[in-house]
Amino acid sequence: MTTLLYLIPIALFLGGLGLGAFIWSLRSGQYDDLDGAASRILIDDENKPK
Amino acid sequence: MSCCAPTEIVSDLERVERAAPSPEEVRLASRALGDGIRQSDLSVPGIHCGACIQKIESALSKLDGVAAARVNLSTRRVSVRWHEEQVPALVETLDRIGYEAHLFDADADKKDETLAELIRALGISGFAAMNIMLLSVSVWSGAEGATRDLFHWISALIAIPALAFAGRIFFRSAWSALRRGRTNMDVPISLGIILAYGMSLYETIHHAEHAYFDASVTLLFFLLIGRTLDHVMRERAREAVKGLARLAARGAMVLRPDGSRDYLPVEEIEPGMRMLLAAGERVPVDAEVETGTSDLDCSLVSGESAPQPVAPGATLRAGTLNLTGPLAIRALAAAKDSFLAEMVRMMEAAEGGRNIYRRIADRAAALYSPVVHLTAFLTCLGWIAMTGDLHRSITVAIAVLIITCPCALALAVPIVQVVAARRLFENGIMVKDGSAMERLAQIDTIVFDKTGTLTVGTPKLVNAGALAPRTLALAAAMAAHSRHPLSKAIALAGASAPHLALADIRELPGYGVEARAGEDLYRLGRADWAVTDGSVDAQAGTVLSRNGELLARFEFEDRLRDGTTEAVRELGRRGLNLEMLSGDRPAAVASLSATVGIDTFRAGVLPGDKAARMADLAAEGRKALMVGDGLNDAPALIAAHVSMAPATAADVGRNAADFVFLRESLSAVPLALRISKDSGRLIRQNLALAVIYNAIAVPIAILGYVTPLVAAIAMSLSSVLVVANALRLRGARSSRAADPRGTAAKTGRIGPMEPAQ
Repeated sequence: MTTLLYLIPIALFLGGLGLGAFIWSLRSGQYDDLDGAASRILIDDENKPK
Repeated sequence: MSCCAPTEIVSDLERVERAAPSPEEVRLASRALGDGIRQSDLSVPGIHCGACIQKIESALSKLDGVAAARVNLSTRRVSVRWHEEQVPALVETLDRIGYEAHLFDADADKKDETLAELIRALGISGFAAMNIMLLSVSVWSGAEGATRDLFHWISALIAIPALAFAGRIFFRSAWSALRRGRTNMDVPISLGIILAYGMSLYETIHHAEHAYFDASVTLLFFLLIGRTLDHVMRERAREAVKGLARLAARGAMVLRPDGSRDYLPVEEIEPGMRMLLAAGERVPVDAEVETGTSDLDCSLVSGESAPQPVAPGATLRAGTLNLTGPLAIRALAAAKDSFLAEMVRMMEAAEGGRNIYRRIADRAAALYSPVVHLTAFLTCLGWIAMTGDLHRSITVAIAVLIITCPCALALAVPIVQVVAARRLFENGIMVKDGSAMERLAQIDTIVFDKTGTLTVGTPKLVNAGALAPRTLALAAAMAAHSRHPLSKAIALAGASAPHLALADIRELPGYGVEARAGEDLYRLGRADWAVTDGSVDAQAGTVLSRNGELLARFEFEDRLRDGTTEAVRELGRRGLNLEMLSGDRPAAVASLSATVGIDTFRAGVLPGDKAARMADLAAEGRKALMVGDGLNDAPALIAAHVSMAPATAADVGRNAADFVFLRESLSAVPLALRISKDSGRLIRQNLALAVIYNAIAVPIAILGYVTPLVAAIAMSLSSVLVVANALRLRGARSSRAADPRGTAAKTGRIGPMEPAQ
């Protein structure tokens, strides 16, 4: 029973962390161009346009 | 097919002849970001891969005044930020490196708020479902006493924000339906979720064994998946349609009385204003020609395929395209009173078949919710009568509501439509919403427009073989200097011929092209202008002359779209009634009807008559598909049961149509019909599956055997089943790729948006 007292908060915290990360990635526009991101990794340009 | 040759891919499609937008138009379509920076959004259908991204971004970044350029490969768009002082030549630059680009309107790029809300709700309900499930599994595995209560309390705490945030999408819709005295699928959903939560909370407070927090939250999660997919499908088609070339003028260069020039948006043009209309521009409002002569392409407006010569005094309708010479025109009406606006009003007046049509899901819901609610109520009464235990009776009744919550039902329809829309997308057809597919599957009549729909709308030289190669080469060399569609047809026919040394080439708008080669004067154009010795009359059409003597005569005919005859034959074989309505001359319509094999036709039809014909068909109880492209078709597109337009259609028509097909071939019509029928069958299967599920689950619930574990398993299983069934529509594709007609095989490799124009 006592183990639950810290295991459950840890589980919830980790879950919340995942949710937070998802919402953050959503806000920062990481899902706006999924196909483009896959292709951009192949572009090796030094002065890459911002 | 090389990956980065977009021009090659679209070359078989009709290109809309249009001059690059003027700097004023670019400025008008951009939006200010502050600090003297403006952003323009361009739709570039030809973007394909990483190399395209690099090519476009580096080319645009090098332009003067461009602060940043960013390609979005998923939406095939480029957003460019530039300094206000100087408008960069964006479209021209893209054109030079081989990409066709269309300007987006500034307000077209609003963030999709609904999608953002749906995805946030999906994330939150997913998080809640995961954690509550974790706790529930422990309870099912035998957590007892205080531990179980603790787990239930934690579940209740997690579920509250999830329900409040993610559930309100359903609550809102259910509430607005109830307020209007109607019911939809969201009513049983909302009721089921809320009651499941309320009862679980009560049970938790009383240290009871069963709580349904997991059921209410996973339900929400599954339902949101269906809702989000539905939304994404619709938005994607709408976005893609928006990205097509705009065929109405955005503004016009207005000549002020004091001689200054101003580029004004269409809405600000008032009657009496004088405007300059360059070759390649569309007429912004109804106007009269003051000076200049030119030829006008009216095909989008009247359905007439031959260009009209215009001279001072002629009246121009908004939406027609100025082909050959610059004109000074005077506005006769404001934009809101112009031909275009008249069409929009007619469209609003047209009683669309879609208004009467109720979606399968809604019809199912109208039947479903009363039955479910009645069952739950009767169960409650029955248990009270049998046992007299009020608490137990209510618990069982709520369990009935939970188990019948139309999770599979709510997923059954959208998932099939998403898969079907995806298949249509891959074949270059965009569907605006799911109900269009349901309506298409019902049709028994198809009405075609002629110019631009059955035909490409551009003429083709038919007697090229009968002409001397040298003569044709000469004509082609001269024709290359003109934008007139007949000239372009000649230039295309003689494209392979060697060019000749011509001098003093000039185009006389309304007449033709003349050029000198040594001592000789050549003229290509109207017969009565080119031939001066009076040997031919004005009706002779287009000729080539040397020093006033006839050299050759050219005959043209509008080219059919690829696959038109095959498509018409296939549709006829399916027992559909085919009709043709055209605004063109009777002779032209009759000859085309014989060629493609559509026996019923009417020529010289006015826009209002087309819409009236649709209303007549509807009154006869026929369900008609209207396929049309012009402005004059737009009211009929609305009035029809379901409608389809090619990507080359006028903006209004494209927005009015339920389906837009991007490729040239008319085989899109039978294909869309086939996929719609397939998806209709799968939807009915899915609904049957949902009914079978209920037939099994409801008795179990009524007898009081439903525990949270049973509910979780039953609901997940039914959802997985309908999704798996919907995915069979995808599997059907691979077998069709071997289709001897090769429609799927030929077009399958090209992504959905590339050949937009």
